[in-house]
Amino acid sequence: MTNVILSTTDISKRFPVTQSVLSRLRGQHRLAVNALNGVSLDIIKGETLGIVGESGCGKSTLARCLVRLHDCDSGKVLFEGTDIGTLNGPARRTFNRRVQMIFQDPYSSLNPRMTVRQILAEALSVHSMRPKAQIETRIGELLGLVRLPPDAADKYPHEFSGGQRQRIGIARALSVEPEVLVADELVSALDVSVQAQVVNLLLELQDRLNLTVVFVAHDLRLVRHISHRVAVMYLGKVVEYGPTSSIFAAPQHPYTDALLRAAPEVDPSRRTRTVAARGELPSPINLPKGCLFHTRCPLAMDRCRTEIPALRPRGDGHLAACHLDTLPAKATP
Amino acid sequence: MTALPRIRLTRLPRPLIIGGTILGISLILALFPAAFAPYDPLAFDYGALNQAPSMAHPFGTDNFGRDVLSRIIHAYRVDMQIAIFATVFAFSFGTIIGALVGYVGGRVEALFGRLVDAIITFPFLVLVIAIVSVLGPGLINMYIAVSVVGWVFYARIIAAEIKVQKRLDYADAGRAMGYTHLRIIFRHLLPNAITPAVVYWMTDMALAILLGSSLGYLGLGAQPPAAEWGVQIADGKNFMSTAWWISVFPGFAIILTGLGFSLLGDGLAEVMRARK
Amino acid sequence: MTAPLLSVQKLSTRFHTPRGVLTAVNEVSFDVRPGEIFGLVGESGSGKSVTLRSLTRLLPYGATIDGVVLWQGQDLVGMSDTAIRKVRGGQISMIFQEPMTALNPVLPIRVQITENLKAHTDLDSSGRAARARELLDIVGIPDAARRLDEYPHQFSGGMRQRAMIAIALASNPKLLLADEPTTALDVTIQDQILNLLLDLRDDLGMSVVFVTHDLGVVAATCDRMAVMYAGRIVETGTVTDVFRGPMHAYTRGLLGSIPRSGTERSMLLSIEGTPPGLASIPNGCAFHPRCVFASDICREKRPDLRPLGPDRAVACHHSDAVLAAGSVLA
Repeated sequence: MTNVILSTTDISKRFPVTQSVLSRLRGQHRLAVNALNGVSLDIIKGETLGIVGESGCGKSTLARCLVRLHDCDSGKVLFEGTDIGTLNGPARRTFNRRVQMIFQDPYSSLNPRMTVRQILAEALSVHSMRPKAQIETRIGELLGLVRLPPDAADKYPHEFSGGQRQRIGIARALSVEPEVLVADELVSALDVSVQAQVVNLLLELQDRLNLTVVFVAHDLRLVRHISHRVAVMYLGKVVEYGPTSSIFAAPQHPYTDALLRAAPEVDPSRRTRTVAARGELPSPINLPKGCLFHTRCPLAMDRCRTEIPALRPRGDGHLAACHLDTLPAKATP
Repeated sequence: MTALPRIRLTRLPRPLIIGGTILGISLILALFPAAFAPYDPLAFDYGALNQAPSMAHPFGTDNFGRDVLSRIIHAYRVDMQIAIFATVFAFSFGTIIGALVGYVGGRVEALFGRLVDAIITFPFLVLVIAIVSVLGPGLINMYIAVSVVGWVFYARIIAAEIKVQKRLDYADAGRAMGYTHLRIIFRHLLPNAITPAVVYWMTDMALAILLGSSLGYLGLGAQPPAAEWGVQIADGKNFMSTAWWISVFPGFAIILTGLGFSLLGDGLAEVMRARK
Repeated sequence: MTAPLLSVQKLSTRFHTPRGVLTAVNEVSFDVRPGEIFGLVGESGSGKSVTLRSLTRLLPYGATIDGVVLWQGQDLVGMSDTAIRKVRGGQISMIFQEPMTALNPVLPIRVQITENLKAHTDLDSSGRAARARELLDIVGIPDAARRLDEYPHQFSGGMRQRAMIAIALASNPKLLLADEPTTALDVTIQDQILNLLLDLRDDLGMSVVFVTHDLGVVAATCDRMAVMYAGRIVETGTVTDVFRGPMHAYTRGLLGSIPRSGTERSMLLSIEGTPPGLASIPNGCAFHPRCVFASDICREKRPDLRPLGPDRAVACHHSDAVLAAGSVLA
């Protein structure tokens, strides 16, 4: 793989659970939520990598590690081969400029006391993207880019709808002309009809500006639509990883298979009445031994309860972390 | 400090209008007392001692024959000064420290919490009196004493509010944009966190006037013969049964000004919150 | 055709606010038949949840309801407050999107179920205890005897939703009103709850009115559906008919907004603009500013909901053109 722009090597992140002084005095060891448990991914220049999983799978933590909103506990995030954990001062600011993030919540991700013009002008001037005289013109261009009317510049975030706010968020990220865009649940707070607009905008901008996109979402349909490659996460681990078409056509991990079958098809003729996955997510504080999915897996064997399966190649750049070489044609009757 | 754009006068909350009017008049009286006071506040008139309110002296005269109304008007300058100078340093310093403490969090915040605990263990007035006693009586020393103690309350309010704001995505968005911590704190978080501190500031100004008057009464604040409401009340305390007007009218001035600040604070809170 | 279990006729709900009267639901009519799952679909502000709540008058103070909601020969809209309380949580139960807020956090599940049993059944206390355990079994909560004494916060999101369904079932309702019951859940848990609801419908023969914004959920569970926009029903029909051949431009746009397999990285058929607020509903057809089929008549005259068959109705001046444009489903 030559064109890797951003990659992670075996990164982990734990968040300590606040405990009472008493329980610490009793000598209980400190508990922590294991948000990421050794994630290795490569993001190739110009592609969209989808990261999909249910709540608690660590996908948002991963997104935040990629832009260094979190520092990893172990492992490294490499941007063009440099460990971003070592960056400081101007080098770190340059990294922040080149790798941008767009946030999920259109209501809290914009400063309520700044107009759109102030928000964009700040980004442009802090990173010296344009000489002062050209900032006004550039703001106009950016608003046009995300299809907002020019009079949007003097309004405050609360005067916009959710979809328009996400456009402002995109405009802010694009103002510094980044190469990588990390989008965390970009459209999940929006109405369906508005989701489609923002997805279309993202696809169009990606082609036009030659962006690399990391698209983090829980919605399989969206991830399938947007991504060239997909990583499926479960309890802080990547369980399956590869080209979108091959993962969706022939999932090699029982969790991916369950996820695909659980997502309702928008086609009443393809209705099923079998439950895709039984049980619920185990606690991320006390992770299961062996394969993290064995507690819910219909195909679990003794080996799964003791031995952690490695991500193994399944051909075509497709990797899956399952002891089975192939899934049975129908995982459940 | 914070942007309050596009607010039409007619839509302002009533407390803001009333409070603003009271304080506007107070400010004018403080700036130009001589233009409104009918007499010299310090001029003795031994021919008119302890006179009851009349056409010539609407609020009466005191035991030196000084016109009470004129003294009240001239006292506006001193008491408005007390309201501002006894609080503005506490507000500014407390806001900055509070913003930093709330943003950094962790051990720094825990340490700050202990400091707050230590200070609020002492009754505020006792602490201020102790400091003034060491430094010596007078207005400047009173400002120092009040500021040294008072900033803690502002810092505590701001720190709590910054902690809430910094968890919102726009703070992370600023970090992801590569903005400096100081920019994120003071450009982004503080304008969204400052409302409760501003409201508290208004109440605090009212309290400062009361405190200034208390210290004036105890002889630790403004020094006689300067006109100051607390000093005036103290002057009249021996004549309460025979010449109540010496103490009562300055008391009304304190109440009215305090009310003005409180109303202004309530009104500001309403306006600043309505923007969300 | 069997007689409907619930018949809603020209239901309108208005909120009286300081800024004027807002009409959240506007002359909505539909029937719910015994044993069917009826889907009410729409985006935020479409009035779908208010419609559902209006059925049993579970609305905040200051709301007025007009029209008729016919339930077993009685009109729920005109019924006295005491009488409707018997119906609510009795023959008609409701489940909500946020089980954590809909359950009482300081009472164990047992108390919340037996409370409902006490109000709506004749069971004695040991009968109630047995029935409570049975209900948890029915909704698939394992280890019922122990879990009955736990509090809502000790349940996971999916289990809480199951517990809420158990409480709703305590009174043997004939109709279950479900307000986005799976929206807050993960997809594998949503799948479990949807299957549970389908099983309960089959086993207990109850009807369900299912409010959701997710067309996938409708496709997976509902028999018939109504699409709402700006407080009105714009299209109704069996789920198969509507998905195969949408006749309202809004329905077609909604279906096209959802990514489906085979069209990866292509532009979605999106709808321009955003749903209108209640205070600014456009004249004529409320959808016309966002509609690619709109013509002059759409700007001037509001289309009526025209019946096109026993199960089909649409409110669109250009339904033929929309139908001819074809479903976006392959």
